[in-house]
Amino acid sequence: MSTAAPTQSAPQTMSSSTARPPVDVSGDRVPFVRLVTIEVRKMVDTRAGLWMLITMAGIGFLVAGGLVVWGQEQDHRYPTFLGFITLPLMMLLPIMGIMSATQEWSQRTGLATFTLVPRRGRIIAAKVAAALVLCLVLLAAGAGAAALATLVSGGEFTLTGISLAGVVLTALVFTLQGVAFGAAFLNTPIAIVASLALPTVWTILSAMISWMSDVARWLDLNLVTGPLTEGTMTGESWAQLATGSALWVGLPLVIGSYRILTREIK
Amino acid sequence: MITATNLTKRYGDFTAVHDVSFTARPGSVTGFLGPNGAGKSTAMRMMTGLTPPTSGETFVLGRRYRELPNPGRHVGVMLDASAQHPGRTGREVLTLAARTIGVGPTAVAHGLATVGLTDKEAGRRVRNYSLGMRQRLGLAAALIGDPEVLILDEPANGLDPQGIHWMRGLLRGFADRGGTVLLSSHLLSEVQIVADELVIIGNGRIVAEGTVEELLEQQGTRVRSTDDAALADALTRAGVEVTSTPAGLLAQTSSEAVGRIALDARIVLTDLASGSAGGLEELFLTLTATESREGIAA
Repeated sequence: MSTAAPTQSAPQTMSSSTARPPVDVSGDRVPFVRLVTIEVRKMVDTRAGLWMLITMAGIGFLVAGGLVVWGQEQDHRYPTFLGFITLPLMMLLPIMGIMSATQEWSQRTGLATFTLVPRRGRIIAAKVAAALVLCLVLLAAGAGAAALATLVSGGEFTLTGISLAGVVLTALVFTLQGVAFGAAFLNTPIAIVASLALPTVWTILSAMISWMSDVARWLDLNLVTGPLTEGTMTGESWAQLATGSALWVGLPLVIGSYRILTREIK
Repeated sequence: MITATNLTKRYGDFTAVHDVSFTARPGSVTGFLGPNGAGKSTAMRMMTGLTPPTSGETFVLGRRYRELPNPGRHVGVMLDASAQHPGRTGREVLTLAARTIGVGPTAVAHGLATVGLTDKEAGRRVRNYSLGMRQRLGLAAALIGDPEVLILDEPANGLDPQGIHWMRGLLRGFADRGGTVLLSSHLLSEVQIVADELVIIGNGRIVAEGTVEELLEQQGTRVRSTDDAALADALTRAGVEVTSTPAGLLAQTSSEAVGRIALDARIVLTDLASGSAGGLEELFLTLTATESREGIAA
């Protein structure tokens, strides 16, 4: 039941909007690389974000220092250092990814972000890319710490028993898992708890129930990335990596992207 | 230029915005006025692509907002001044906006100067900002891409009287240079002075719209004379509806007509003004009160 008053001006409205040519937007472009650099910047321009990254890099050096001082002589090898350094990193990378994805919602900065970039898919893609860039930076710091430790301890520089490419790929998968969980939950604490608890519950269940351990070899992210870091990938383990990533990265990323694309931003 | 055509937003059974159509024109400040929860913010979010409308559409500068490749260059938006990351400095908030839009770092300094934030204040974290400072920062972010259109939700909220005076000047200047301004408020006194046109919204519907003068005229004419009883009598005989208020008589006709009737009846007027005492405030309250009680447009 529309009344006369509000609709009165509608015909004028339409004719006046068609009379004026739409604004010229031919020179307008926001390059994707720019969005990625901005998303990287957003990860380091607050104290919380900056210190999280410094801590993550710092832990690598602490672990390396501890191994040099207290570790056994035969452990003073580059691959061992790198393996121990990346261990805590793999646990923290998802949290970094989560914080990248949830930031816009927990602090409501999404209002500004998505009015400046209304195509939300570009922001999702930029956040994924930014998290992967930071992941590579942290890995570089870890590799540096491992090299330093090897040098100081007079250890052996080899790459036997570890696959550098595998470590990088694993780290990227875990980072991406964080972004995906963050996007799916859009809430930092819930996403962090879920990303820690769900895989753990899954691992415990699969250890207790026999049929689940068969499934786990295909779907447990910690198991499927094992051969990747050790450099012992077979055709089957690639397939297992694919299925595991699909469940823990692909599925939440699809859910999260759908939520972000369709959600009302308040 | 902003146009909204039959804009509607429903959440389940609840209709937040119902069939809203209006135009905000270049060179003028349009005030979007309504009590809390009237649907102003929802309508503004629909204009800026943050909320998908249930039906109807909006255009900004002849295009859908989401189709603007770099909206910051054309439309300055501030929907909630408090929605800023508390851990960032004011300068950082502006820098992020400037970089996204692709305007140089000089724009940040210029923006800070425009809204009167000092270098020292810009270096502080938003957590330590007062609401008034956040409003200034939000306004700076909206202006940073040198837009032709401004969409501001409650921009005067938290500003001190000097701040409101300053903002009025800023928006007036923006409109006088040919810009389009749409600002919302639940405080009529804020809007009345700066806005050229008003769109009054209550319970999601437009209950009145027009220039401030037009809306006041609809309210009738307030008049005092040396002999109010005789004047009331003369007006009634002329077929004009008159009510007596503590502030004088309220005649449901134009001030010119009242003047002529008084002239014919040889009554000396001491006071003659469009609109009832309390100006638009009363109109606003009447319109929105009717709306909230009965749910039909006045």
